[in-house]
Amino acid sequence: MGVADGYRTRAEGLVENPFNGLLVFIGLYLVADLILKLSGVDVVVNVPGMGATKIMGGVEPLDSFLSKVINGILRGLIIGLAGIGLSMTYSILGFANFAHGDFITVGAFMGVMTSYIVAGVVGAATYDIGTLALMKVEASQLGLAITGGPLAFAAIVLGLLIAGVGTVGVVLLVDRLAFEPIRDRSSVSLLITSIGVALVIRYLVNFIWGIEKFSANSPGDTWELAIRGSEPANGLQRGPSTWEFVITELTGSIRVNAHDFTLLIIAVSLMLGVHVLLQTSKLGKAMRAMADNKDLARVTGIPTDRVIRFTWVLGGSLTGVAGYTWVLWSGTFGWYDGWLFLLLVFAAVILGGIGSIYGAMAGGLIIGLARDLSIIFIPSAFAKAFAFALMIVVLVVKPSGLFAGRTTA
Amino acid sequence: MSVGDSVPDRVSAVGSSDPAKIIGLLVFIYAVYLVAGSIAGINPVSNLTSLTRWIGLFAIAALALNLHWGYTGLFNIGVIGFMGVGVYVAAIVSKDPVAAGGGGAVGGATGGLGLPLPIGMLAGAVAAALFGLLVALPALRLRADYLAIVTIAVSEIFRLSVRNGNIASFDVGGLSVGFGGGDGLQLDWGSEVELLFDALLLGGVYDSLSATAERLIGSPVAVDRIGYALILLAFMIGYYALLRRIGNSPFGRVLKAIREDEEATNSLGKDTDRFKIIVFMIGCGLMGLVGVLWFMNAGGGGGSVNPTQFRPDTTFYIWVALIIGGAGSNTGSVMGGALFAAFLYRGPRFLQTVIDKLTETDLGSFARRTGFGEAMAPIAGSFDPIPLLLYAVTKIQSLQLLIMGLVIIYLMQNRPQGLLGHRKEQAAAISLSRPDRRSDGDRAVAADGGAEDE
Amino acid sequence: MSDTDIDPPEEAVQANVPEDADVDYEKAETQDSAAEEAAKHVPQAIPLQVENLSKRFGGLTAVDGASFEVEQGTLTGLIGPNGAGKSTTFNCVTGVLEPTAGTVRFNGEDITGLAPHQIADRGLARTFQIARELGEMTVLENLMLAPTHQRGESLWRSVLPFTRGSVVEQEEEVLEDVWETLDFFDIDHLADEYAGNLSGGQRKLLELARVLLTDPDVLLLDEPFAGVNPSLEERLLEHLHELREQGYTFLIVEHDMDLIMDNCERVIVMHQGSVLTEGTPEDVKADERVLEAYLGGEVET
Ligand SMILES: Nc1ncnc2c1ncn2[C@@H]1O[C@H](COP(=O)(O)OP(=O)(O)OP(=O)(O)O)[C@@H](O)[C@H]1O
Ligand SMILES: [Mg+2]
Repeated sequence: MGVADGYRTRAEGLVENPFNGLLVFIGLYLVADLILKLSGVDVVVNVPGMGATKIMGGVEPLDSFLSKVINGILRGLIIGLAGIGLSMTYSILGFANFAHGDFITVGAFMGVMTSYIVAGVVGAATYDIGTLALMKVEASQLGLAITGGPLAFAAIVLGLLIAGVGTVGVVLLVDRLAFEPIRDRSSVSLLITSIGVALVIRYLVNFIWGIEKFSANSPGDTWELAIRGSEPANGLQRGPSTWEFVITELTGSIRVNAHDFTLLIIAVSLMLGVHVLLQTSKLGKAMRAMADNKDLARVTGIPTDRVIRFTWVLGGSLTGVAGYTWVLWSGTFGWYDGWLFLLLVFAAVILGGIGSIYGAMAGGLIIGLARDLSIIFIPSAFAKAFAFALMIVVLVVKPSGLFAGRTTA
Repeated sequence: MSVGDSVPDRVSAVGSSDPAKIIGLLVFIYAVYLVAGSIAGINPVSNLTSLTRWIGLFAIAALALNLHWGYTGLFNIGVIGFMGVGVYVAAIVSKDPVAAGGGGAVGGATGGLGLPLPIGMLAGAVAAALFGLLVALPALRLRADYLAIVTIAVSEIFRLSVRNGNIASFDVGGLSVGFGGGDGLQLDWGSEVELLFDALLLGGVYDSLSATAERLIGSPVAVDRIGYALILLAFMIGYYALLRRIGNSPFGRVLKAIREDEEATNSLGKDTDRFKIIVFMIGCGLMGLVGVLWFMNAGGGGGSVNPTQFRPDTTFYIWVALIIGGAGSNTGSVMGGALFAAFLYRGPRFLQTVIDKLTETDLGSFARRTGFGEAMAPIAGSFDPIPLLLYAVTKIQSLQLLIMGLVIIYLMQNRPQGLLGHRKEQAAAISLSRPDRRSDGDRAVAADGGAEDE
Repeated sequence: MSDTDIDPPEEAVQANVPEDADVDYEKAETQDSAAEEAAKHVPQAIPLQVENLSKRFGGLTAVDGASFEVEQGTLTGLIGPNGAGKSTTFNCVTGVLEPTAGTVRFNGEDITGLAPHQIADRGLARTFQIARELGEMTVLENLMLAPTHQRGESLWRSVLPFTRGSVVEQEEEVLEDVWETLDFFDIDHLADEYAGNLSGGQRKLLELARVLLTDPDVLLLDEPFAGVNPSLEERLLEHLHELREQGYTFLIVEHDMDLIMDNCERVIVMHQGSVLTEGTPEDVKADERVLEAYLGGEVET
């Protein structure tokens, strides 16, 4: 690693100065542009030869902006939750785990399968267990929503639990079979192995559940936050709370449903839990030590095997739960989705600084927001590409990430 | 070990036997396919041409990747993106022109600049190389795992961008061109084989080949397939020769040294950044060319491209091929490409066809009727494994990826040098045995000392 | 090794003009007489000047305002207790690390912050304390790599048919030198071995052989004899003296005090990142602070 490190410092020094100014400029421009758009102002400049040209501004209704913010935060929470595990294994085991996206898939499938079985077998009982396990039913027919009564609630809670526990099981098995035998090999060997693991998991899921996406959405109550302006007619429609933003010239509403709140509560409480766990337990200290220097940690008597196992347990459970909350939030999930999601998680982890748990959380939020807010400035089809581009910029400009040096919590 | 006798033997032996090994392996693979195909009654021409297609494609792709990873240690997992740049640019350059406003994005019906196909291919390769430069300039100084993430992200950015409707079609100088958006692009080049033969002034050969095939087989399609197979073989030989030449040179020696220890190489006065940029561009250009050959219609590729085909999966196929052969060896790359194509990529599908023909089960309708649940039910009930086996056969395309995953894990754990073993090729333009001019008498001084410090 | 195979650096002392890529290697054959002439000169030029060099790693200051000079045609020793900052100094001088402060001059030119290859190109080369052999390349390949500006390092010249001939031709020349070096270093029996399979001492030898083949003017050697057997060590030292007489300059880090005192004209002592004292071996031996530094105490400067 010494080689690469030496190089990185040089590269950073070279790239940093000219680049940073440009980046700050772009950032300021975007903020200014956003403010103009929110106020519905066009900035038109008379360019000689081209006539009047719009250079900034436009229209971005507040409700649409706030929806994007909410979407971005929720997406960011899922990314962050999944990112914690990726970040921990990256720093403690020393490799970029390309199977991590498929761990998300495992969580989603195992969790939702459990929910289906619980809701279907205990409840309607019109479906046989095989159909339920393979999720060949619409979730709405099972009434699977957090607000759908005690049974549905229990099914979802149990699903969440199994999403975490089941993923831990799979992850530990994978570690035992695939990674442990080559623990001391180079990070590149482990990375390649993880690509193999990813293929095995993904296509096993495909083999069993097929290629259709399953859906698990019947979100129950929707709360609408009305944004009321000059047209009070568009006010609150249903739901318990009445929050009003009164802004002249702007009307509209933001929808938030019960599952969005569920996601918010789960993600925030789990992140707080991880924080407390790593700050107060010896485990956190051991993990920090191992991330710093594995050999040193071993000779100072840290039980490295146990720490590694804890890393997988903690990371795997959070990742599995992240998969389940993804289903709650978006309503659908397919065998390929976890893999497609992986790069966003990498983006978050790199942005936050590999090894830093707060970095992963913050990185998740930043990437989530960047992905959803970028739509204001660029065509929505480029949103994901933009998030990746952001990650590349961070890797090039500041490979240590924004929260560098704060390894594992 | 006595240097004097063993080394020259070894070097010359390797030199002559490498191509022989490749040919031996190919003969073996073709024999297996011919036998299995004839048992199942599969048309031998389509059997062998399609086999050749995949062997050729994976061999040249693995060779290009070997230049990056095997020689220089550049961890590129964005191969499909560079292939994509190649084929998209080739399409835009050499599709038939459509007047501005006349095309539109529908069904990939946009036109191109109407230049000859060979120019399009060249443009595709150059564009991929330039795209490589764009990636290389900021990213080549990154650690291997970061470079991996950057390259895969770049290939995804490419895929998401061409999928984007906003650049599906646009006008350039009165012509309607574009990337086709989610519908992809038609590669309506006509007979690419004829065009390429013509470009090599082999138009006559093509015509006579065509006439012969018409007479013997009665199908003009077969000519294109055979011609395409020949073209791929030519590319395979070309890539192999080029990469061997690069590898067996002082240039290749520096690449290897960079792979081993970039800082030490730099300290020896080699401008490692320059080498890495050049080699990254060359490799990307070669990948761009692979992209054009991969998707063109001639070999039965369907003659169109669609953004979903540029998901990272293909990149990993090529990686598996390279790992099987053993990164760092050009001969290994070709053999790995052939083994991968024959037994991991094409093999399972071939097996599926053979089983379909032999068992006379209508696998297609079975697949439509049967999901995993239906296949498992008989096992749970009456221990009847046949439906599950049949289900496995219908799902062989998922299973083969699962198997590839297992192969990767197995190789990384047990044979990190590749299935074919440690086959490093010596990086020098000449045999490195002791020059003849110096007779042993000169070296009396070296007689003492020796290996005491071992 | 006979005195024909290493190229005398007499030009580099007077002029600092980068040499043409092509002729650089070839001149190796021709200039022996000039070398003998150069060797007769009393050394006085100062090819390497280090001023106020500092290097910080986070909170730790590894090199702290070190200044020293190395005279042309000397074997200069650089000593100091473990952690004194000797290797870090080497790294900063040769561009492997960027110094936090200070300047490095080579033949009068400010080379601070240049990339390692640019510095090596100017004739200032180094070996590493922990040998940096290229493990999955054979010993032969390791050595063939070393000569700078080989024709075949241009991709086009290596690939194109009508230029390949000249590449092959030069390869043959390089190969002859490489075999001579192998013989001299007594590692000819390892020629086809992967460098990664060598013992620690053999790796150090390989690295020394390799850096000599780059034909530098000034060589920084970081503990070059660690693990090398004594008889070979003696022969290598003899060889270094021979080269020194031809005008080459050496700066050697070595913990073997006798070796330094017996072989070096000048000795620089580093302690806690700065230069404690500098002088002839006798001066240094007589300086009490040096002993104190080695005993680990705080030293007044
Ligand atoms: N890359 C680095 N990062 C952080 N600290 C470093 C680094 N390299 C060296 N150091 C520290 O700088 C100090 C000087 O180290 P250096 O290797 O230069 O000493 P030295 O004189 O060569 O010692 P030795 O005789 O043991 O080789 C040491 O305290 C070392 O731990
Ligand atoms: Mg040292």
